[in-house]
Amino acid sequence: MNDLNNFEKADDQVQKLNVQRQRVKKKVKRKKVIVYSMVYLFLAFMVIVAVVPFWIVIINSTRDGMSISTQGMTLIPGTSLVENYKILVENVDIGRGFWNSLKIATLVTVLSGYFSALTAYGFHMYNFKAKNFLFGIILIFMMIPSQLAFLGYVKWMTQIGLMDTHAALIIPSIASIGTVFFLRAYISAALSKEIIESARMDGAGELYIFHRIALPLMAPGVATMSIFTFIGSWNNYLSARVILSSKQNETLPMVISSLKALKIWYLNQGAIYLGFAISIVPIVVVFIFASKYLIENISAGAVKG
Amino acid sequence: MKKIKDKVGYLFISPFFLVFLLFNAYPILFTIYLSMTRYKGFGPKVFIGADNFKLLFKDPNLVDAFLNTLKIWGVNIVFQIFLALLLVMIFSDIKYKVKGLGFFRVIFYLPNLIAAATIALIFMKLLDKDYGVVNQVLFNIGWIDKPIGWLTKPIMAQMSVSGIQTWMWFGNSFILFMASVQAVSKEIYEAARIDGAGRIQVLLNITIPSIKPILMYVMVTGLIGGLQLFDIPFLITDGKGFPEGSLNTMIVYIYNMAFVHKNYGYASALSFALFLVIMTFTVVFTVMTNKKELREFFSNRKQVKARKKERSVLKGSAKYE
Repeated sequence: MNDLNNFEKADDQVQKLNVQRQRVKKKVKRKKVIVYSMVYLFLAFMVIVAVVPFWIVIINSTRDGMSISTQGMTLIPGTSLVENYKILVENVDIGRGFWNSLKIATLVTVLSGYFSALTAYGFHMYNFKAKNFLFGIILIFMMIPSQLAFLGYVKWMTQIGLMDTHAALIIPSIASIGTVFFLRAYISAALSKEIIESARMDGAGELYIFHRIALPLMAPGVATMSIFTFIGSWNNYLSARVILSSKQNETLPMVISSLKALKIWYLNQGAIYLGFAISIVPIVVVFIFASKYLIENISAGAVKG
Repeated sequence: MKKIKDKVGYLFISPFFLVFLLFNAYPILFTIYLSMTRYKGFGPKVFIGADNFKLLFKDPNLVDAFLNTLKIWGVNIVFQIFLALLLVMIFSDIKYKVKGLGFFRVIFYLPNLIAAATIALIFMKLLDKDYGVVNQVLFNIGWIDKPIGWLTKPIMAQMSVSGIQTWMWFGNSFILFMASVQAVSKEIYEAARIDGAGRIQVLLNITIPSIKPILMYVMVTGLIGGLQLFDIPFLITDGKGFPEGSLNTMIVYIYNMAFVHKNYGYASALSFALFLVIMTFTVVFTVMTNKKELREFFSNRKQVKARKKERSVLKGSAKYE
């Protein structure tokens, strides 16, 4: 009898313990759910903060000016996209701005990529006199902010007649100091001198070797820098504004900023937002394709410190 | 044979140096020359020596421009680093594993891609006193009963620019911080957890020390970038740094001095002053982050010198023997 009682007691205790354990488990689980939902809510909020201005721009570019002014913000697209485009084109030459920006950014990217690779390869492969001295000069100039050269540059362009030409914005990209610096570091990891030597044994010319062997091997590094170069050039406003003056040469950011002069915001709001959307979309598309490389590259910079 | 080949190197680097000399080095020297002249941007240049630089010390606008920059930078950097650290805490937590780091990094970096000129105009529209979306929303929720002049009151305008800067850059800082936290071995975090360290302790004792160099980097580049801020204040304020000069940053001031007030010589002196300020920050930053390397470098040099001295002393004594 006694034994049986004891057994029952023990059983009871075990059950109690089990219940307690389950309660604790439930508590932990509930706490987990609460923490996770709070964290994800916060992240969702941050996503909204980061994206909402773009969203407003894209939605408003499909609505007419009156409804934007009177009804305020909505999340539903309107139907006036075509009308807005007509108003926009009547007021500013956005097609030309887009073309000019595309032309300048493409040429800047190609020239900067090619000549930086050429220079980095030259520094890496050959042991000419004053090599370290010349590279030292590059390093020193990397520290000098471009603003110091800016006013002198403008006057110098006036003197040699390159004012109000795209060339004044494109030619300097041949000497992209940062890109050369980056590619020289990249090349020493990506290119072994043996490959080049064996190509020389086969009698290949120096430029041929660069174009056929070295450049393809450097391509990933060049591509990474090119994305940054392209975005930087596409977004450049200050120097374009100072150097270019005639309407036909205006770049996209200049055209966009001239939308400010459309004083009757009230009627033209949709068209203005459409202008913003046109300048944003290409960059976002480029970024979505290239985001992996870009973010890896930014992160790599942080680790190297 | 080898020697001829090495000379080919000059051919490879000559396009770069040609353009570099003509479009980079020469304009810098030319600006320095212009800073010593009285020059309207056209007509004659009169050499006046250091007069422009003497003027720098009496220019109240210069101090204002610098203070404006500091204010805009200070508010921006506090919020930016706070947000970035909060996100790093979330994504580096050992106990709660939050997914989707890749996705969030891309989304948070988006604001950094858009032309500052476009961003200025977008926010000008969103923050517009009468028709802006922000005032409309706040009004509809019922938080305000009068429209707020986000861009028309001096302090509000500065804070708005700070906010825009934070919005543009928090993703970038987050990516940088996250990368350097990921470089720290997970075991340290595990050990801290086993020892019963709280989240704040982990943040203060592990995370922040491990990202300290990059934290400094973000702060200094933010300040340098702030000194060079142009597009946003220029476009938001009709180019004059209004309301009441509160958005008159250095580059806006230089731009107006050169192209509006036609005092090209003084504007050149201003850009030289800006260069000196930026250079000072860069040097201080480099010294502070590379303290260890520098100390090693100098102690090495001392040792080398001491050895040389020893050797020369030995030689000297050898002579006398």
